[in-house]
Amino acid sequence: MTLDLDALSLRNATGPLFAPLTLRVPKGQVVTVTGPSGVGKSTLLDAIGGHLAHGFHLTGTIRLHGRDVTRLPAEARRIGLMFQNALLFPHLSVGDNLAFGLPHHLHGRKARRAAVDQALDQAGLTGLYDRDPATLSGGQRARAALMRTLLAEPLALLLDEPFSKLDPALRAEIRAFTFDHIRSHDIPALMVTHDPEDARAAGGTVIDLSGPGPV
Amino acid sequence: MRGLVLAVVVLGLMAPIALGLWQTARAAFGILPALGRDSLSLEPWRALTALPAFGTSLRLTLVTGFGSTLLALVLATGLCATLHARLKSGTAARLLTPFLATPHAAMAVGLAFVLAPSGWIARVLAPLAGWNQPPDLATVHDGWGLALLVGLMVKEMPFLLLVILSALSQIAVAPQMAAGRALGYGRGLVWIKIIMPQVWPLIRLPVCVVLAYALSSVDMAIILGPSNPPTLALAVMRWFADPDPAMILPASAGAILQATIVVLALGGLVLGELCGRRVGLWWLRRGGRGLSAEPGLWLASLGAVALMVLGALAILALAIWSVTWRWSFPQPWPERWSMQAWADPEGLWLAALGNTARLALMTTALSLTLAIAWLEGEDRARLGRAPWAEALIYLPLLIPQIGFLYGLNVVFLRAGVSGSLMAVIWGQSLFVFPYVMIALSDPWRALDGRVISAAAALGAGPWRRLVAVKLPILLRPILTAAAIGVAVSVAQYLPTLFLGAGRVVTLTTEAVTLSSGSDRRITGVYASLQAGLPLTAYLLAFGIPAALHRNRRDLSAEVRP
Repeated sequence: MTLDLDALSLRNATGPLFAPLTLRVPKGQVVTVTGPSGVGKSTLLDAIGGHLAHGFHLTGTIRLHGRDVTRLPAEARRIGLMFQNALLFPHLSVGDNLAFGLPHHLHGRKARRAAVDQALDQAGLTGLYDRDPATLSGGQRARAALMRTLLAEPLALLLDEPFSKLDPALRAEIRAFTFDHIRSHDIPALMVTHDPEDARAAGGTVIDLSGPGPV
Repeated sequence: MRGLVLAVVVLGLMAPIALGLWQTARAAFGILPALGRDSLSLEPWRALTALPAFGTSLRLTLVTGFGSTLLALVLATGLCATLHARLKSGTAARLLTPFLATPHAAMAVGLAFVLAPSGWIARVLAPLAGWNQPPDLATVHDGWGLALLVGLMVKEMPFLLLVILSALSQIAVAPQMAAGRALGYGRGLVWIKIIMPQVWPLIRLPVCVVLAYALSSVDMAIILGPSNPPTLALAVMRWFADPDPAMILPASAGAILQATIVVLALGGLVLGELCGRRVGLWWLRRGGRGLSAEPGLWLASLGAVALMVLGALAILALAIWSVTWRWSFPQPWPERWSMQAWADPEGLWLAALGNTARLALMTTALSLTLAIAWLEGEDRARLGRAPWAEALIYLPLLIPQIGFLYGLNVVFLRAGVSGSLMAVIWGQSLFVFPYVMIALSDPWRALDGRVISAAAALGAGPWRRLVAVKLPILLRPILTAAAIGVAVSVAQYLPTLFLGAGRVVTLTTEAVTLSSGSDRRITGVYASLQAGLPLTAYLLAFGIPAALHRNRRDLSAEVRP
């Protein structure tokens, strides 16, 4: 269970964004990518997740468990995505946001509802199925978003500055919550962040994108 | 000031509609003093339902109205889903302008030139199919109303596209799309399950307007629709025009039925939304990923593009026919060109053009003044708009014209103004004002309030703030609203016909009349002019601010037309 990047490089009209990147993210670990703004950290995550905007050209390969996913559409890659502002769908209740993540192969209305309720319990959101996501606190939103992502049974996780919008008191708690879940699901995770504290807590390799090319 | 404007709007715009509906309803229930009928009865309704082909007309109306709106909505949604990520909204707005500016009648005439058995498509296919003369197929005026359905779609789809695009600019589409796809959903399903439910509340009213129009269009039905039996709206119009004045009674009943159908259809839309929400939630909770929806998406986009190509060909066909001298059947291209059709020794099209331009300028000036007065009134009273006022603005667009124009003309006849230019200006303004108001409201409210406060702090009074600050800053949206006003005015057929009592001749009334004739060249001239006038207005609306504000970057921000 690893996420492997092999000589991955991205180019737009003005040239390559960074030196070709080769990297292995082992299962259950969080590898951190840092670097100055504008170097293309978020674009790197977009490329891995399959969300690259028009105008970018990608070379190299992305492998998940040895399976080449480089040319697959985003929805077929099974790579979860966490944003800095949680991005719960505003027109759905908190519970339905989670239900949206639940895979299709779990059958039966009751079983699906139970799975969502269990995830809500785990996130400390017991009984909030029908709540408007806009009324949740920042921490609750972040936990709900993580649960939605994990319910979809991703094989890897990408985190795009996931804690930067949280106030400092909450940050450590949500960070621990997120990393605990990554470890217990035993999936590889790649995190982009500006916060050295995030990298330290992640405990994995740290890659500086502006640097000369990581090993 | 706000009170005054409201009074003008209610008395000037709403009262005529209410009076017109009232007069029509009276005739529908047997009260028509001019014919010596003054007792309530259901006789007109019995007469209406006993008319030959009443049932067919009703069915045609429902099929073309619902069918075109639904299909146009699906195609527009599909095209947005495939293209949205690659399209700048400014480019899209400019691309759509010719389709929006071309009046329904001109588009219909052009489509007839393209679709008819002797039309462009048949000419291109002729060498392949071995046709020496036009094939014996009813491709226009077909009994199913398919040509009408396509015609309505060609006009509706670009409008819905514009409305959806402007709704999408208020939604964070790209990150939500990424979130949905990362959870394993195909693009098409993210679009249907996540994006469209958020778009719908923003486009509900425009869709209602489109549906109401499609159910009751008369000019397009004359040019493209089945002629015997026609759709209900056209049948009602013919009954009103019947030499036998007693036909006014069942015609009025038909007009009221037409209005009822539209009200029921809008009610059905609301009901459908409620059901859709239930079903949608059930579907969403099942969690299907719909990875196979992609082909459907491409099919819808293809259909949408095909419609736009058809529309572009139609506009082109108008221009080409107007400069044709000889163009016999299997030829794909005119054999001889000539400006003969444009020669106008009796000044016929010049007179129609003059009337049309006069009407357009006056209704637009009137509507624009009223709209600015209303918005400025809201500003000065420091009030937002009440929901009932918003509904009031949309009302004339939701009630079928045929439902109240006869009754309104009765009122105008009594007042002795029927058949005058003023009556037509009034009648057209009922429809021009709502569009101008809708187009101007958002940009007006988006104006940065601090600029106005700054002007006030410098000692500028309310009038100087309006004239020296607001209006110049809002020049671009004001001119865009004016262009829309001109386009709406030029396109009006029924109000011109009814309230002008047939005496006010415009490009639109002439183009519709000529469309049943045989000389495509003359029809081409009128329809080209009809399409050219609004297009010129749009070009000016884009060009004037661009020239005046060429050194003012903050004022050149793209504002949708």
